Amino acid sequence: MSNLKYFTNGLIKDNPTFVLLLGLCPALAVTTAAMNGIGMGMATTFVLLCSNIIISLLKNFIPDKVRIAAFIVVIATFVTIVDMTMKAFVPDLYKTLGIFIPLIVVNCIILGRAEAFAQKNSLVPSILDALGMGLGFTLAITLISSVRELLGNGSIFDIKLVSENAKTILIFVLPPGAFITYGYLVALFNKLKNNK
Amino acid sequence: MAKLESTLKNMILSLLFISMGMSAALGYVYVLTKKPIEEASKKAETSAITDVLPAFDNDPLAEVKEIEGLRYYIGKNKGETIGCAVKTFTDKGFSGHFELMVGFKPDGTINKIAVLDQNETPGLGDKMKTKWKDQFNEKNPSNFQLVVKKDGGMVDAITASTITSRAFCDAVSKAYDGFMKNISQNNK
Repeated sequence: MSNLKYFTNGLIKDNPTFVLLLGLCPALAVTTAAMNGIGMGMATTFVLLCSNIIISLLKNFIPDKVRIAAFIVVIATFVTIVDMTMKAFVPDLYKTLGIFIPLIVVNCIILGRAEAFAQKNSLVPSILDALGMGLGFTLAITLISSVRELLGNGSIFDIKLVSENAKTILIFVLPPGAFITYGYLVALFNKLKNNK
Repeated sequence: MAKLESTLKNMILSLLFISMGMSAALGYVYVLTKKPIEEASKKAETSAITDVLPAFDNDPLAEVKEIEGLRYYIGKNKGETIGCAVKTFTDKGFSGHFELMVGFKPDGTINKIAVLDQNETPGLGDKMKTKWKDQFNEKNPSNFQLVVKKDGGMVDAITASTITSRAFCDAVSKAYDGFMKNISQNNK
């Protein structure tokens, strides 16, 4: 199973958020509650999977000089599909994620994987790569958002762990908290990786 | 199959076909989700109206009036007007625009308030969604000044979120003024 390494690459060795440091805009902005992290991660994974499939199928049909334009059309289509589907079926989550759903278009993980992987590889590795990268991203931002929700709001997945009036460390749900959490998690991740 | 050369003809054709295929997919999903999207937004609005008004048996969405940017939903029970839900807004929030649904009884007393769209600071301004807004219930703005205590009014501001509290009062007074001017008068 040599193909399996494409999948595990994205999870740990090339984790888009903690190692490649790509796609930080949503990773910092929407991670105020664990549910948002999962929602954003799933949406991104779906777009990444679909765009990797289409691009690896069409790779011989797309001339080099217009490849970026073609990739963007494909990616934008799937983002719009996700956008409309979420609006229709999970309106509450859609409201919280707001502008960051349309902004998946410019998430560099997706264009990056299309450019660096899908256009050079066949279908199966591309699917595995998309799943690995997408899950890696989902896990990473779910981790960030769990930490922030726990410290800043005293709850996890909207389940309150402390009493209603307890003082929580508010800064963690505010933008600076995103950077602090992210910095510590990257440091922790590097430490664990170097120990291996 | 070898990769297509980057000739003008190939580039145009390839982009043309990709765009065509993708727009077809988009059109299909659009048709598929159009109805659920409308239903979801209607459901959100109806549930907010149900929240803020006493029990009603008509369809307030069918009798909506839109005057000067505010929307008025009249609730009736057995033909009798039991209240009016006003969809109001303010641009003075800490993060700008937010929207409220305020339920009035026919005499102008506030029944309940629901928060619709808001982007106030999590943990500070967004406390307006909690019990805090219940202090407005059963108050009549004619003798309950919709101004925070700090500015000489009667509203307890949210701790550390005076701007949000002021904006909240602004939206509610806007709803009250509109309601008295446009709805209450007409019913007399």
